[in-house]
Amino acid sequence: MSNEYIKQVVNKNYEYGFVTAIESDTFAPGLSEEIIRKISARKNEPDFMLNYRLQAYRHWLTMKSPEWAHVHYPEIDFQKIIYYSAPKVKKDGPKSLEEVDPKLLETYEKLGIPLHERAKLAGVAVDAVFDSVSVATTFKEKLAEAGVIFCSFSDAVQNHPELIETYLGTVVPYRDNFFAALNAAVFSDGSFVYIPKGVRCPMELSTYFRINAANTGQFERTLIIADEGSYVSYLEGCTAPMRDENQLHAAVVELVALENAQIKYSTVQNWYPGDEEGRGGIYNFVTKRGACRGKNSKISWTQIETGSAITWKYPSVVLQGDNSVGEFYSVALTNHRQQADTGTKMIHIGKNTRSTIISKGISAGFGQNTYRGLVRVLPTAINARNYTQCDSLLLSDTCGAHTFPTINAKNPTAHIEHEASTSKIGEDQLFYCRQRGLNQEDAVTMIVNGFCKKVFNELPMEFAVEAQKLLEVSLEGSVG
Amino acid sequence: MLSIENLHASIQDDKQQIKNILCGINLQINPGEVHAIMGPNGSGKSTLANALAGREDYQITAGKVEFDHKDLLALTPEERAARGLFLAFQYPVEIPGVNNMYFLKAAVNSIRKQRNLSQLDAIDFLKLVKEKMQEVGMDEKFLHRAVNEGFSGGEKKRNEILQMLMLEPRLAILDETDSGLDIDALQAVAKGVNSLRSKDRSIIVVTHYQRLLDYIVPDVIHVMVKGQIIKSGGKELALELEAKGYGWLECA
Repeated sequence: MSNEYIKQVVNKNYEYGFVTAIESDTFAPGLSEEIIRKISARKNEPDFMLNYRLQAYRHWLTMKSPEWAHVHYPEIDFQKIIYYSAPKVKKDGPKSLEEVDPKLLETYEKLGIPLHERAKLAGVAVDAVFDSVSVATTFKEKLAEAGVIFCSFSDAVQNHPELIETYLGTVVPYRDNFFAALNAAVFSDGSFVYIPKGVRCPMELSTYFRINAANTGQFERTLIIADEGSYVSYLEGCTAPMRDENQLHAAVVELVALENAQIKYSTVQNWYPGDEEGRGGIYNFVTKRGACRGKNSKISWTQIETGSAITWKYPSVVLQGDNSVGEFYSVALTNHRQQADTGTKMIHIGKNTRSTIISKGISAGFGQNTYRGLVRVLPTAINARNYTQCDSLLLSDTCGAHTFPTINAKNPTAHIEHEASTSKIGEDQLFYCRQRGLNQEDAVTMIVNGFCKKVFNELPMEFAVEAQKLLEVSLEGSVG
Repeated sequence: MLSIENLHASIQDDKQQIKNILCGINLQINPGEVHAIMGPNGSGKSTLANALAGREDYQITAGKVEFDHKDLLALTPEERAARGLFLAFQYPVEIPGVNNMYFLKAAVNSIRKQRNLSQLDAIDFLKLVKEKMQEVGMDEKFLHRAVNEGFSGGEKKRNEILQMLMLEPRLAILDETDSGLDIDALQAVAKGVNSLRSKDRSIIVVTHYQRLLDYIVPDVIHVMVKGQIIKSGGKELALELEAKGYGWLECA
């Protein structure tokens, strides 16, 4: 039966479940002002950073974990989490790839990102984040020529404190939500990008995140600033080793696009999803938001979410500048006991602002997939336009798809379209393909890829291929 | 080529009730022959076509089917396809986002692979497909659209015939390919089917109406009622059915 087959396809094992044995500099579990001061001291941060962290922490203490999402998990004990874990390095840290611990590089090899090769061949600059500290940054020099700053967040705090102080927390304030507050208090590293006026970033920028140490929450922070008339395309990929216990990943990503600037942010998220019974896996509770501050600016989010036990994220765009454009393209796949509650918010403030939302949810096994979206048009947003399309594909009788779109228009000139569909992968479609000689596996892959095509089209070329492969792997064992 | 002996098939309906649809079909088709199967709605014609292609909704409860002296029922749908069995669907399925040309090429090469033939490269494939499209009167723009998505009824059926010409089956089964076609499309379909006729290829045409049989002239006509073939005859049988309907046979 095809149901059996689809189960097999979906049930292929997670390929990135290895642990790298590396000596790390790790704090005892627990969260307190003392820990935060220690993190800040260890990172040699200026006062404004420590103050920011402490304010966030004090505010976080007054907050409660959100319960509105359509996800279920046992309460998290925040005192059991380790908030800082860094691979131990020689005193000054690696100056170049040659100085990076070969074991780390091996890890990247296993993940399929041989730094030197990949970087050279693909012309991609990789800022690799291993646990909490950024260990290697390639192509720094070439980027520096163009005036682009692409470095770890810690480096940026040391070398460009004025930019950090100006922009940190201006898109996602620490008061925004529970996990954003937690992140603001304890984040240990992340990536920082600044594209100067009128510069088109000469290459795709890319970061791979990886959670290695057990019981480590990874709280990274990304800040990308595109100054007037600039352009940047940023790729983010994520994997984590297999562990029985759940690990928390609470990141914050802030994007700022000034006048005529464009930011394209693409994510392929493949955190460990847990096993077939739902043991282990990453809790991916992430706040991502971009601000189109200037006229004619554009921010585009593309995400392929195939991993994590629970995904809770809503990459959003605040459309402040007149004629600014926000886009959200998403494929979210849940299999086994995975839960995803994801979507976007498009906040129209400026005149003639436009937004597009294309969301594709695929559920298999016992997976639960929720689209949650908000389109808000403020009274100032004359002639705002939104188009939303959200489609769900069900691959089994035991999975679920849910859609919660909210539209809130306060300006009568707004033009908002919403289309939604839910379909079960057709026995008819499968039989049709097989009658034409395609085996079942190829047929499922073809149908699912077709379903996701509009989103894949938005990905940079190399990533699109990777995304299709990932989808194939994640789907192994899944239609019913 | 195809030998069906005492074939019984049933389906489970929405209320979990088992319903017998084929109640002992016997049919012998030799290479080069064109057989038409006619009969009223619900007589089991489409079930027979789909069961031969391996649709899993149907339970084969008794009987046997040999295709080129091999047990057809033991094969998966894709294996049947690889051995040359082709079903032109009554309701061709839409596959959103999957490019028609990509689908066709994947199908052709998948079947070639199973037959241990070399893969067609893009250039050879394109040349061939353009040739065949002309034969069925299809515009090349259909290559770049998603499989059957937004196609009209006639376009879908032409697309089926195009697939058939590309896959060059040994046994083609046309399941009510004529339904809902205007006269131009009907002629295009018939032309495609007739171009495939040869001494080592067989065709089964399932239809309600005699009209299609004016263009695709069958060697044998079978009348199916309530899951059984109750009468077989030459092409003149179609005219008799057209004049009298099926009632007189059912009472007989």
